[in-house]
Amino acid sequence: MSYGDLMSMDLPEGLKLIDEEGKRLDGRRADELRPIKIEAGVLRRADGSAYVEMGKNKILAAVYGPRECHPRHLQDPTRAIVQCHYNMLSFSVDDRKRPGPDRRSVEISKIVGEALEYSIFLEQFPRTSIDVYIAVLQANAGTRCAGLTAASVAVADAGIPMRDLIPACAAGKVADTVVLDLNKEEDNFGDADVPLAYIPRTGEILLLQMDGHLTQAEFDRAIELAKGGCTTIYGLQQDALRRRYAFAGGDAQESEQEAGGNEA
Amino acid sequence: MSQRSPLSEVKKGHISTLLSKGKRSDGRNLDEMRPVSIIEGAIETAEGSARMKLGNTEVAVGIKMGVGEPFGDTPNKGVLTTNVELIPMAFEEFESGPPSPMAIELSRVVDRGIRESQMIDLEGLCIEPKKEVWVLYVDIYALDYDGNLFDASSIAAVAALKNTVVPAKRFGKGEDFQLPLRSMPISCTTVKIGDYLVLDPTLEEDEVSSARLTVATDENGDLRAMQKGGNGFFTYEEVKKAIQMSTEAGKAIREKL
Amino acid sequence: MIPGQPVDTGSRRPGFGTYRKEGKAYSTTLGLRISKGNYVDILPLSGKYVPFSGDDVIGTVTDMTSSNWLMDINSPYPGVLHASESPWRVEFGATAKYLELGDNVTARILSVDDSKHVQLTMRDQSLRKLRGGHVVSIPYAKVPRVIGKSGSMIDMLKRYSGCKMLVGKNGKIWLDGEVENIVALAKAIRMIDEGAHTHGLTDRVRDYLEKTFPAANE
Repeated sequence: MSYGDLMSMDLPEGLKLIDEEGKRLDGRRADELRPIKIEAGVLRRADGSAYVEMGKNKILAAVYGPRECHPRHLQDPTRAIVQCHYNMLSFSVDDRKRPGPDRRSVEISKIVGEALEYSIFLEQFPRTSIDVYIAVLQANAGTRCAGLTAASVAVADAGIPMRDLIPACAAGKVADTVVLDLNKEEDNFGDADVPLAYIPRTGEILLLQMDGHLTQAEFDRAIELAKGGCTTIYGLQQDALRRRYAFAGGDAQESEQEAGGNEA
Repeated sequence: MSQRSPLSEVKKGHISTLLSKGKRSDGRNLDEMRPVSIIEGAIETAEGSARMKLGNTEVAVGIKMGVGEPFGDTPNKGVLTTNVELIPMAFEEFESGPPSPMAIELSRVVDRGIRESQMIDLEGLCIEPKKEVWVLYVDIYALDYDGNLFDASSIAAVAALKNTVVPAKRFGKGEDFQLPLRSMPISCTTVKIGDYLVLDPTLEEDEVSSARLTVATDENGDLRAMQKGGNGFFTYEEVKKAIQMSTEAGKAIREKL
Repeated sequence: MIPGQPVDTGSRRPGFGTYRKEGKAYSTTLGLRISKGNYVDILPLSGKYVPFSGDDVIGTVTDMTSSNWLMDINSPYPGVLHASESPWRVEFGATAKYLELGDNVTARILSVDDSKHVQLTMRDQSLRKLRGGHVVSIPYAKVPRVIGKSGSMIDMLKRYSGCKMLVGKNGKIWLDGEVENIVALAKAIRMIDEGAHTHGLTDRVRDYLEKTFPAANE
């Protein structure tokens, strides 16, 4: 979405972002997320992968690594580095986006990569790189959060040791109401947007941005809503990983183990 | 999975020994394509789209349209641009940055298959001669790479064009209409490994092959575009055999579209 | 188990694949909880092999210099085999005479330093160059499944297919025999890879082997 031109547009005549009964354009209440679908292990070549649909957002994430770090001068002799690339495909938005990175995607890649770095035990893999690729196939506001949600599942799918999964979603203000998980119309015509990544178990906030205009009280309410959203998404991330290996409910088999390396 | 080993004579030997017994390591016959699955129109922000799997190779194609000026030498024809992006998500050896020679060759071969077959009625995309025509972008992204992006890209592009609706209303140019199509070229690729020709190579087969031939055929079995690649050679008999294999495989795929 | 999930260790101690915070144990990795001796480990279902001194691995030559070979060992870290650690008396500059690009060997991890520089050795009777055959790779985490309880799985695979088989701790597996048998055996290994975490795996693999190699049935 080219923010600039969209933000300056006026709300079409007669369009109400929130109706008399408190329902939003897509029928949601203020504290409701869009429907979310998460699938782990969707690509064969990548070491780990995930697909997320969040409303009309469709996002793929792939992880390669830990692997030899390129370019070499970025190598750290004591730990792995995370290189994240957020990429909007040309047809993911209404007006064709020219392929390749722009300033917005470089910024998103940086903050999403930093959030992931915190969650990974980097010191276990000195000199390597963990490369995370996020491809937005279809965008409808909230792609950085859905992208981080997908990327975190992909990192777990790759078998990379991590502290925890990272769920993310946004809250914002629309027609004087603080709401959860803005869709495209709400993002375009709303008053504020607060993307948040937050680990429910620990209370750690790993990504936070804000633009627009909120009172301090409204900000508190937005964070409260987004935390609730993250808690729901966290459960869906766990479910997706369980389904990947069809654990019939927790720890499949407690089992014995043999040392490898047998000779014929 | 991880760092890929260089090709050993051992690996080549293994594949060739199998071929000499008429077999491939995934159990296919030499003239057999991998399973094809296509989801059309899954991307709502695109004017037309397709996600396609060819075995473990997967691509996403989206068609975007806009209004622009025609080229001087074709004042009454729409403008077609085809672009293949080999994003690093798909394969550890694909890099971000300017398109590689491989990406450019792919883009041009797919473009030729669509353009030279006159698949799209470009005259039907003229709004006002010399002034305004529809500009059509065919953007192809590799998502998962296990060989033969030529066929995955071109077949997915055809599938996406088939469900493309020209967004005339959004541009204030009247009612939306289905993209005018005239024919349906299907590309199929054969590679040569030792003295054997195999259709739809996996990455492993691609890597041990010496030459590659992509053949686009139409519904009449006529030839619409070809491209030879690789640093090996084909005899004329091999070319004829490759054409025959591509034509047969093309027929089967056309029925699925 | 899923990363971040609390691990109930009972009277045992949290082991591999866990971390501790404020006195509690959590899983770091997507995997299965396994009780072993005094520890509860998380057996990962995917992930890269991290070299450990003493491990027997299969390596593939990716590069060479006058005095050593660089080996892919299915890990983020390549292994270095110095000529003096090879079974041969290699004159300076003649490395290519003994091992070429793409050749496979069995080797042992000699040492791993803090930055994970890996030295290999082949100076043991059991370690050698692997001639012919075919190498397949699986995630190292699934190696125990290919071996099976007391070697039951690998014995079954070898008996039915009539192939020779060597399994490196790093997840590289060397197969040698009739080419059709290698292909069928590779397929059985893929079954184990994909179903490593499921119940009834041994029976399914046996069914497949019986169908594929009817003659081998004793």
